[in-house]
Amino acid sequence: MSSTRPLTDSRSTPSSPLISVNGITKSFSNTLANSNIKLSLNSGEIHALLGENGAGKSTLVKIIYGLIAPDSGEMKLSGQIFQPKNPRDARKNGIGMVFQHFSLFNALSVFENIAIGLDEHFEAASLKSRIISLSKNYGLPLNPEDIVGNLSVGQQQRIEIVRCLLQNPKLLIMDEPTSVLNPLEVEQLFYTLKKLASEGTSILYISHKLAEVKDLCKRATVLRGGKVVDTCNTNDFSAPELAELMVGSSIKPTVRLNRKFEDIVLKLENLYQDSEDPYGTSIKNLNLEVKGGEILGVGGVSGNGQDELMTALSGELSPRKGKIFFKGSDISLLNAEGRRALGIFSAPEERLGHAACPGMKLSENVLITCSKTAKLTKYGIIQKNFSEELTREIINKFDVKTDSTSSVASSLSGGNLQKFVIGRELLQNPKLLIINQPTWGVDASAAAFIRQAIIDLAESGTAVVIISQDLDELIEVSDSFTALVGGRISDPKPMSSLKIRDIGQMMSGAMSYD
Amino acid sequence: MIKLVPRTKKSPIISAIIPILAVGLTMIFGGILFWILGKDPFETIRMIFWDPLMNETFADYARPQILVKAAPLILIAIGLSFGFRANIWNIGAEGQFIMGAIFSGALGLAFYPQESVLLFPLMIFFGVIGGVFWASIPALLRTYFNTNEILVSLMLVYVAEQVLAAASIGFLRNPEGAGFPGSRNLSQYPSAANLEIISGSGIHWGVATAFVSVIFFYILLYKHKFGFQVSLSGMSPKAARLSGVNPRLLVILCLALSGGLAGLAGMFELTGPAGQITIDFNVGYGFTAIIVAFLGRLNPIGILFSGMLMALTYVGGELTQFMLNLPAAAIQVFQGMLLFFLLSMDLLVNYKIKLARF
Repeated sequence: MSSTRPLTDSRSTPSSPLISVNGITKSFSNTLANSNIKLSLNSGEIHALLGENGAGKSTLVKIIYGLIAPDSGEMKLSGQIFQPKNPRDARKNGIGMVFQHFSLFNALSVFENIAIGLDEHFEAASLKSRIISLSKNYGLPLNPEDIVGNLSVGQQQRIEIVRCLLQNPKLLIMDEPTSVLNPLEVEQLFYTLKKLASEGTSILYISHKLAEVKDLCKRATVLRGGKVVDTCNTNDFSAPELAELMVGSSIKPTVRLNRKFEDIVLKLENLYQDSEDPYGTSIKNLNLEVKGGEILGVGGVSGNGQDELMTALSGELSPRKGKIFFKGSDISLLNAEGRRALGIFSAPEERLGHAACPGMKLSENVLITCSKTAKLTKYGIIQKNFSEELTREIINKFDVKTDSTSSVASSLSGGNLQKFVIGRELLQNPKLLIINQPTWGVDASAAAFIRQAIIDLAESGTAVVIISQDLDELIEVSDSFTALVGGRISDPKPMSSLKIRDIGQMMSGAMSYD
Repeated sequence: MIKLVPRTKKSPIISAIIPILAVGLTMIFGGILFWILGKDPFETIRMIFWDPLMNETFADYARPQILVKAAPLILIAIGLSFGFRANIWNIGAEGQFIMGAIFSGALGLAFYPQESVLLFPLMIFFGVIGGVFWASIPALLRTYFNTNEILVSLMLVYVAEQVLAAASIGFLRNPEGAGFPGSRNLSQYPSAANLEIISGSGIHWGVATAFVSVIFFYILLYKHKFGFQVSLSGMSPKAARLSGVNPRLLVILCLALSGGLAGLAGMFELTGPAGQITIDFNVGYGFTAIIVAFLGRLNPIGILFSGMLMALTYVGGELTQFMLNLPAAAIQVFQGMLLFFLLSMDLLVNYKIKLARF
């Protein structure tokens, strides 16, 4: 296998790059996704591709991986013109890609999943032993017989990486690989990537997390609005400077005042909630207290009971066992509408399809959660002028960029729709707010706006529960922190007393309960 | 390999034009079908769509007949449209139609020959109950045992047909009918008869109810929270649950609504145009209403028009049967074509066809 890789020494002479992209342009109907992109990678280099959502990162790597054909421009691979017709063609030329969303069959074993994805035919026994040796060699321990649905997200990602490595890639593209990992898993992944690079594999590393880019990559190409803003050495810039390159303007840091917490607002007692997904994680024996004015951050990777905790708190499903108390009264059996009447509002992770209905107008989307509290219906008849008025208020106060109140939800960008959803709940003056992934896939300035709005809300005495897998976000906004792992949580600790190592331990330590 | 790619922009004008285009295509391909059957396609199409309305010889009889046939189609289709919007598929309206007739007929016959103004309203109530009862079987089986309501509701049509046969030769048979199958004629029993409100117009109580229902259910669908929740449940079930909709309750409500309206239609049909319970009482309104619902874009006002159009093809179809000797099945194929072209045009409007590369 190592014979296909160039010697490590060749890295020091970047005379001919492994892959170079020159003047790539691609437009979709009205938007220019990539405009005259230049990029080059040497053998054994880990190169960061930085940019916000919508900056054109995905389009670029899809072009390299043969999923999309560019409108113009050319690529060279080892000096030869490279025009992959499809991903299979790209793989044949030594390009592997690990997507942010995995394509794995939950009900099949690790071995079967890998075998299905391979282009060439392999002998089963030899493939199994290769999986074992390869995964051990690169610090990605895997058992070929395990059923994928029972594995953690981190382990599932290993399958995808091993699947790529089996084809001896010269270039490995990693799309936001750490967004689903806990800090210890991130450390392990970085070890793997560095080892691969030292053996001559080039890695194109897509991320918007600047600290880890600075740790892992020497050079970075920054995209904004489909154009290359800069290609730079990561050492020459501080993280805030890189952020400014990415966003195009400086981000206002969130302001928080010191405040006193009030009485207990939310109390969970031995809560059990079954997962609706056969491979989901059920919540087991949860005990928790959140005070008025307190922001509790619930860390942990999606799929560890996050959705189940959300549906239990929002009232979409009643718990199997245990009790939920709101200001001392038992609300376990109240549905979402009943809880909102008490002032308990929630914003689920999935904006399109859960928090909002993609095909409906914004002025109809307000009816989903506000019809009672904002008195949008009278004897069941929808009061259109009231819902229009509320929609306009949300758009103005939360700076939602949209044509009108009758735009359909799916026409809004992720950041704007999230501002709309958060605004819709905040304007109802919640006493308790539960948010799952408040800024997932949201551009930096909208994310900062949303975080500040949440902090301001807490300062007015509202209890807030934020479920997020973005640790930086939780560190920034929450007062106390707990990790939800394997359906169980650790005791919340004040955020100020925690170091990133402690957080990492909480996120993996909770697993030892199982 | 052919691939369907969703279109990002959808024009509301095109969405409104599609039913008209589908009718046009049905005329063209139906014409070809009639030509293959050895009939003059132009004459046949004219006889289906034009003669019932405008031909001097037929119009006096045919125009009221269109209303009489449209009423059950409209009533049933409106009920179905609520469920269809929420992805709850009641395919068994035909069975609920039969049960509504049997329930109300049994009540009426039980009181025969006493006269009372209360009997007719009470029979209406029983018609609704009969339909709701029959629709509640798939509803409860789905909510508690997760069965497929499409299969259960469809299978129950055939059960209802057996009950109908048993009623007409057994427990509801006319004791003075010389042993022939079939019940007493309820349209000749004054307290139970569904008579024409305006003589000669075809407008009986069922037609009036259908027109009122169009307005009532239009308001319920577009102006009331229930209609919003039904649409929301179809478009984003998770958002509906967040909004406080109980998905089980919604399944029960939508099936009960469609069953109730189908039962109501069955009651009006029995006491008016049909008159008596017979083995062949049902003529497929419950199935044709599915076409009517989709052709009318699941919108009560659209259903009003599509119900009229479909009734026209029924009346015109009958005309072709005795004027041109066209087989009845040819008309059913013709009606089926309409749904086929409507759905395929819909697909082309919502999706682009692309040749995918590998």
